[in-house]
Amino acid sequence: MIESKGLTKRFGGRTVVQDVTFACEPGTVTGFLGPNGAGKTTTLRMLCGLSEPDAGGAAVLGGPYRALPNPGRRVGVLLDASAQHPGRRGRETLALSARLMGVPEKRADELLGRVGLDRSAARKRVRQYSLGMRQRLGLAHALLGDPEVLILDEPANGLDPEGMRWMRSLLRDFADRGGTVLLSSHLLAEVEAVADQLVIIGGGRIAASGSREELLAGTGTLVRATDEAALEAALAAASLTASRVDAGFVVDAQPEAVGRAALDGRVVLSHLGPSEGAGLEQLFFDLTTPEAIA
Amino acid sequence: MSAAALTAVPLEGRDARPGLGRLTLVELRKMTDTRAGFWLQLAIAALTVFVAVAVAIWGVGPDQQFGSLLGATIQPASILGPVVGVLLVSSEWSQRTAQITFGLVPRRGRVVVAKLLAGLAWSALAFALAVGAAAVAAAVANVDGAWDVPIALVFQDALYVVISVLGGIAFGAALLASAPAIVLYFVLPISWAIVGSLSFLEGIAGWLDSSRTMDAMVNEVLSGEEWARVATTAALWVLLPLLIGTWRILKGEVR
Repeated sequence: MIESKGLTKRFGGRTVVQDVTFACEPGTVTGFLGPNGAGKTTTLRMLCGLSEPDAGGAAVLGGPYRALPNPGRRVGVLLDASAQHPGRRGRETLALSARLMGVPEKRADELLGRVGLDRSAARKRVRQYSLGMRQRLGLAHALLGDPEVLILDEPANGLDPEGMRWMRSLLRDFADRGGTVLLSSHLLAEVEAVADQLVIIGGGRIAASGSREELLAGTGTLVRATDEAALEAALAAASLTASRVDAGFVVDAQPEAVGRAALDGRVVLSHLGPSEGAGLEQLFFDLTTPEAIA
Repeated sequence: MSAAALTAVPLEGRDARPGLGRLTLVELRKMTDTRAGFWLQLAIAALTVFVAVAVAIWGVGPDQQFGSLLGATIQPASILGPVVGVLLVSSEWSQRTAQITFGLVPRRGRVVVAKLLAGLAWSALAFALAVGAAAVAAAVANVDGAWDVPIALVFQDALYVVISVLGGIAFGAALLASAPAIVLYFVLPISWAIVGSLSFLEGIAGWLDSSRTMDAMVNEVLSGEEWARVATTAALWVLLPLLIGTWRILKGEVR
């Protein structure tokens, strides 16, 4: 269970994360999507108590992360696979944390096996690891304490296609057993295949969020208006089913029908067009371009 | 619930805060489980033994008494120990492991305390080795009055090592970067010694120049005023950077 409530962060007068609110439920995988520099990492760092928000707050398993007495046993975190001491051996990296969180050191060996790092990799120093191996080590580290929640920043970075597929099934399995997963990515395809909830962020703000099906609402029409309330009323008056995405509505009808509804309701539209099954990709692109955010 | 149910990890302990003892042992392990750390420890141990052997073979008369030998064998630990201390803190930032450490121990003050305790434990081990090496050398050389040493001086030697290592930890914490912390740890006191040699600063230098106040610790039993000078120096070179560093660690962004 992860909750972000109005998280806001400023660096030197520049707001990098603004009023970010979302929640992740047990049994689901939430994809946190956004282009590079959108504020994903900063948000995740605030969730994990590594960065202090300027406004808003976050809760992991019902309270602030920093209030967890032994967080490694409840929450698995992988924020940066390169943030490991390069002079330490792979196995030792895990053994050290196992010691710290109070699980048997042999967990380190088991998890190395589970993430596909063999004995020779375990003996190597992290300096000699490829990015893909570091991601695997980082994932093993996150799973070390047998947590209920996973918070992963760009975990697929550096993984080959086989590795990505392996990771997706691992995360799916984790969620199906009742775990909560939040993973960030700047690549839609990476997340689309595994996430059942999506939070899309651009320019530090949430641009859209909801279930994948809802956001994919592929065959409908995407419509936006400056006066959203009036648009909603107009759509309702024409008895069209519309689902709200943060920057407009996806309507289950042809653009022409939506246009008529808007005309009847005297609503000025700022966008009207079919989703054409381009689905999430188009949505992701639209919502994260600077114009969409402005 | 558990996705990684390999070993049945016991559920108890899930909400047990890791104790300071465990944190301290982990910090001690971090000192030796990297390549740089391992060789640094080995170098200090080897130098300590080498110093004892060298004095036992080539030293003359009073040099070979236990007290003088101990004054010599603690030098590797008190000169290189600060580097161990600096790295213990700063490498978490330089190697970016701080986010792992504080992810697992979000009460950052506990990590600071554990590192200080680890520094004390390291000092105790290093001092024990220095005592052992000096004792063996003194026994072998077996000169007159070999064991004639005031217990107060032995205590001062131990404190000398402790202050040196804690000074390293303090500099590492204040700067949170390995290279600048190591350089400044050595350069600042020397610069101060040069500035302090100016005649009009003579009075202050006698209280704050570590090369003067601290060196007395290994040479003679200190008088009350000399203790006050040592305390003043330690406040400037250990306590002040430690306070700055602790504030930075507790309040700063973890990178």
